[in-house]
Amino acid sequence: MNWEVGSGLNIGVILLTVIIVAAMLIWVERRLLSLWQERLGPNRVGPFGLLQVVADMIKIFTKEDWVPPFADKFSFVLAPAIIMVAILLSFAVVPFAPGVGVIDSNIGVLFVLAMASIGAYSVMLAGLSSDNKYALLGSLRAAAQMISYEVFMGVSLLGVVALSGSFNLREIVLAQADGWYVIPQFIGFVIFLIAGIAESHRLPFDIPEAEQEICAGYHTEYSGMKFGMFFVGEYLGLVLISSLITVLFFGGWMGPEFLPPIIWFVIKSFIFIAFFILLRAAIPRPRYDQLMSYGWLFLLPLSLLNLLVTGAIILST
Amino acid sequence: MAKIVIDGVTYEVNPSNNLLQESLSQGLDLPYFCWHPCMGSVGACRQCAVKQYRDENDENGMIVMACMTPATDGAIISIEDVQAKKMREQVIESLMISHPHDCPVCEEGGECHLQDMTQMSGHNYRRYDKKKVTHRNQYLGPFINHEMNRCITCYRCVRYYDDYAGGTDLSAQASHHHVYFGRQDDGVLENEFSGNLIEVCPTGVFTDKAFSKRYSRKWDLQVAPSVCTGCAAGCNTSPGERYGELRRIVNRYNSEVNGYFLCDRGRFGFDFVNSENRITAAFRRNRNGSEWIEEVDTGDARAAVANLKKTSVLGIGSPRASNESNFALRSLVGQENFFAGYSDLEHESMQLINNLMTNDTFHNPSIREIEQADAILILGEDVTNVAPRIALALRQSVRGRARELAAANQIPQWQDAAVRELAQRELSPMTVMTPYATRLEDVTTHSIVDSISGLIAMAQSIANEISNEAPSSSEANSDSNKEARDLISQIANELSEAKRPLIIAGSTAGDPKTLKVAANIARALSANRSKPTDLCLLSPEVNSVGLSLMVNSENSLGKALALLSSGEVKNVVVLENDLYRRASTASVDAALQTAESVVVAGHLPTPTTARATLVLPSTAFSEHEATYVNFEGRAQLSYQVHRCHSDVLPSWRWFMGPDIAHVDDLISLCASEITELRVLSELISGADIIPGIKVPRQSHRYSGRTAMKANINVHEPKQPVDEESKMSFSMEGVPSTKDSNILASSWAPSWNSNQSISKFQEEVNGELKQGHVGSQVFEKLSAQQSYFEITNSPQGSPCDLTISFAQQIFGSDELSAKTATIVERMTPSYIGLSLEDADSRGLKQGNTVRLGESSAIAIVTIRSKQKTGTAALYCAPGEINPFDVAEIKTICKSDTKQAVGDLDCLQLSDHWEDD
Amino acid sequence: MLKLIQDTLTSQVHTLWLVFKHAFVKADTVQYPEEAPYMSPRWRGRIILSRDPDGEERCVACNLCACACPVDCIALQKAEDEDGRWYPEFFRINFSRCIMCGFCEEACPTNAIQLTPDFEMAEYVRQDMVWEKEDLLINGTGKYHDYNFYRVAGKSIKGKDKGEALNEAEPVNVRSLLP
Repeated sequence: MNWEVGSGLNIGVILLTVIIVAAMLIWVERRLLSLWQERLGPNRVGPFGLLQVVADMIKIFTKEDWVPPFADKFSFVLAPAIIMVAILLSFAVVPFAPGVGVIDSNIGVLFVLAMASIGAYSVMLAGLSSDNKYALLGSLRAAAQMISYEVFMGVSLLGVVALSGSFNLREIVLAQADGWYVIPQFIGFVIFLIAGIAESHRLPFDIPEAEQEICAGYHTEYSGMKFGMFFVGEYLGLVLISSLITVLFFGGWMGPEFLPPIIWFVIKSFIFIAFFILLRAAIPRPRYDQLMSYGWLFLLPLSLLNLLVTGAIILST
Repeated sequence: MAKIVIDGVTYEVNPSNNLLQESLSQGLDLPYFCWHPCMGSVGACRQCAVKQYRDENDENGMIVMACMTPATDGAIISIEDVQAKKMREQVIESLMISHPHDCPVCEEGGECHLQDMTQMSGHNYRRYDKKKVTHRNQYLGPFINHEMNRCITCYRCVRYYDDYAGGTDLSAQASHHHVYFGRQDDGVLENEFSGNLIEVCPTGVFTDKAFSKRYSRKWDLQVAPSVCTGCAAGCNTSPGERYGELRRIVNRYNSEVNGYFLCDRGRFGFDFVNSENRITAAFRRNRNGSEWIEEVDTGDARAAVANLKKTSVLGIGSPRASNESNFALRSLVGQENFFAGYSDLEHESMQLINNLMTNDTFHNPSIREIEQADAILILGEDVTNVAPRIALALRQSVRGRARELAAANQIPQWQDAAVRELAQRELSPMTVMTPYATRLEDVTTHSIVDSISGLIAMAQSIANEISNEAPSSSEANSDSNKEARDLISQIANELSEAKRPLIIAGSTAGDPKTLKVAANIARALSANRSKPTDLCLLSPEVNSVGLSLMVNSENSLGKALALLSSGEVKNVVVLENDLYRRASTASVDAALQTAESVVVAGHLPTPTTARATLVLPSTAFSEHEATYVNFEGRAQLSYQVHRCHSDVLPSWRWFMGPDIAHVDDLISLCASEITELRVLSELISGADIIPGIKVPRQSHRYSGRTAMKANINVHEPKQPVDEESKMSFSMEGVPSTKDSNILASSWAPSWNSNQSISKFQEEVNGELKQGHVGSQVFEKLSAQQSYFEITNSPQGSPCDLTISFAQQIFGSDELSAKTATIVERMTPSYIGLSLEDADSRGLKQGNTVRLGESSAIAIVTIRSKQKTGTAALYCAPGEINPFDVAEIKTICKSDTKQAVGDLDCLQLSDHWEDD
Repeated sequence: MLKLIQDTLTSQVHTLWLVFKHAFVKADTVQYPEEAPYMSPRWRGRIILSRDPDGEERCVACNLCACACPVDCIALQKAEDEDGRWYPEFFRINFSRCIMCGFCEEACPTNAIQLTPDFEMAEYVRQDMVWEKEDLLINGTGKYHDYNFYRVAGKSIKGKDKGEALNEAEPVNVRSLLP
């Protein structure tokens, strides 16, 4: 059993780690939120409440796995699986550290964007198959939001691709040996950050599942582990976006020698995860039309401008 | 129609009414106390102050009392005016100065007109710091509590009790702020309609004593529209249930029947429903050898009943059971085997009544129409004790003279005090011809007490006097007493001159000839007036008329008993009936002993159930949905109020096969099979207001739903579903206020008391909005009938006294007589004798006599108006079977020492006082 | 567009910073049950029935609490003793339904029903959450020490005749002719 990119061991460890991390985020998020809200958060189950995750898991696994009689059963069951699979597949192209990764694809960036698009199907199927007005409204919102923000998510990345000259994420990391792309591509970073949140519909862009307006949006009718898959899928998305930001703009695993590369990667990613949680704690949800106009009228021109300027600079040098 | 402007809005109103009444008719909120829709205005309380303006330019206006101001065309008033509001607030503040701060322990609380009006007027704080006037209360009998401190001196009680209901023992006493409403001394309120004081009093001075013992607030009662089963008047009631017990009955407005008032029998005689003696399971009895009783489960009992179908069986119906139950029994045994559940004499009378009711020579007046009669002849009926609510109506009709006088003097009819002052004691003519003096004596113009045959003879002469074509009495000519002839022609004159004469007769007089002669008089009047004359034919029980429409004319009870005793028919099914009240003990005993199986459906044990081989538990009036036909042929629907023990079924369920699931199906079937009862389908045909959503029986404030059964199990049971009716056993659904058809309990925002009824009337005293007043079953046919030839020969009575049977409001009705509060007012059997007859037999007031050879004992009461040679015998339930003593030869003084009670509760108009 | 950028920086980033600063503030959480929290006397907790200063039941079974209760968890039945006092024959609160809203206390005209600062009422068996009068009635006046309904109300009871309540004159002699 050798330890190289694409080996079975590598795949297994990455898959397991990613899922465990996503599950642990349940606890992390609640603790961090309470930290910023002057509370303690879950602290009763196990040391520091760490076993809260286990308790939640037991609960979610033992809940009645209910399919509404009016739902379209096949797509109803399929929907949560799609989002899990799509996001887990995205991790395949993420270079965690030298020698750690599933595949070094030449079209890594495109692959990530493609998987993100597939995620939109999950939400739409969930909403349609539930046969519930809130679910339908939620999925409508989700579809519009994801399609819109995908556009300039891709455009914002092109600056990085242009600078590095590669779609291969590992090569993008290596290209940052001289300096993180966050500096030349600051605007691209900001746009990618915003689009990433919107893509994973985390707060404040959780418009598809806005409780106050449409119950729980597209997953209103879900319970038990099917809901759990949406739930974990959201955290997986969070990890994925953080990892991608690290890879694309913050030099991936690279850092001073006193820590191993994987640790650098983890630290950088965690900072962004924490930042996303801080966003949730601080920023209120925008209105749906505000979200759309913000995207199309502000972020899209900005990202195009960014690409134009980047291109101009590359050509001129 | 006049146009008036109230607060800038123009309304079309009736100019013959006052502003208060018209404001309320328009649905406006205007506080009042002394005014009552049925009693007019006296302007005593000053609460309905409004501002009236001379014309559009008048900016000052003046305060007037709305109840004392006619709604003249062009009147401009303001209810919302600041000064008027201020005045109303101050008036109620002064009314409340001595109010005792005891709403929490007041039975009126929550349905109190004073609470409503205080809220509406805006008074909330007692500024007056002097002491409150207090009064001592009186004992007013088993029905009514007295709490005089709560009085606001609106005078409604005495106006109702004395002026409207004709009571004499309640009065306003003392003066200024010491005014006291009560009796001279502690004692039972004598009037038969005293219970209405509870509803008339705007506050809690008079409250329901029986209800107070098992008290619930109005909002906690589960109510449904019901029909009183106390007599044939068919008054509409709202019984209220809480914690599985029937708690009280209040009046339910029906413009054509009872209006705002009930009698005390109907209001207080319901507690038998809660009786401990209720039959709660079917049981079998073996009559051979040692008696034993064995409970039978419902399925076996139903199978046993169904098996009877294959044998020779006859059914005996009941005039106190619903149309449905009687019809179901008739369907079980077949029409030819279905027999009348009342006595043979009554059967004959009822057949005759049915015949007369369909005759277009006569009009069957409703109680509302009875109130409008201006000359009345009552033949043989003790109306107060047979159909009490009609007696109250008669007391209003004799005021026709006062109404005429007022109209002639241009005094509005609503000016109650003025009209009464003008008329003094002038009354429309009312002739009461009865075998003993009745309680209507005080408003009667001609009171004639004689034996029934004597009365018939005289009535024949009256008929003949009115129209020569009417057959006269054979003995009239021989009786050349001038005084008598003058009286006859005077009565005939009064009836002939009247615009709306009314003849009342009935089946309780015990002689069908009275009906014939009454019909003759009415026919003579109709012929002269060439329009139908009001002929009111009374029957004694709630569904006597309904039953009579189902029974073949030859199927009398006597025939049924004969078939059974001869062994020709072996099995009998008796429906909710005590046969020992319908025929002599010997004949019933013989029939029931010979019969192989005697199946009795009933809710309380009776002598008949004691001889049954199979007893089926049946529901009481408040526990099932049913239709009844009242004395005038008005079919009315009574809803189920509450559920009862699960083994107790409506009688019809015991008799019908499983294919009839709902009572509505049965009613439809009954309507389609019996032509006369086809209108029953109208009663149930009303569509749901919102399809699929029922009307709640519980108010929107119904409390304790999650706690009332929590002691049994904390997991609340599902509310029981009512499959049968438009109503549900819950709070949810379309409020009954949306459809007055099912308006069980009136409530409107800021009107919690029964006065809220004005919000549901088309206009004050009008029909209820969307309301159903019942359907007339009799269709008038132009039958060419001629006068009845009456062969009136004084029967060769075996006894030296001609005995007629007296009725008692408390006691003559079988079921109400089983209610504890009513029992307190019941009297033991008595015999009313004239002074001469008593003297000649050496009898004194209060002695006891033995009736013939029987062991029956009655107390002697000497009546000053009793005709010599006649006697009025009251047979108390459970003491004397009237059919056993009909043939007695003598009465003799009895020195029995057994306790027979006393006649303290007996109310007679002609009680002879021994000094 | 510049304005939007400016707003984003001043408003959103500022907000993030402010919220982030809370990480360095001590948490407000009270670690119940290790630490007992302070309960104000006006806390709306377990419901009791109190007695008047003379030691008699205050509840007069007027049914107002039951009527006010939004979850209908109070059921009672009025009875009257030989002294003329009204009292509840039974008084039942289904605490598994109670939402401690305190409307019953607001509605009570005699200060009988009161909410107390006790909230530790959990049971393993839901049936045990149904409390009867014996469980509710305490031997004291609760929060309101002096009020005695019957001293104020005009209804006469044994030991307090007509005219002896607060602010009441002697009963009128109806037959007197004096003004």
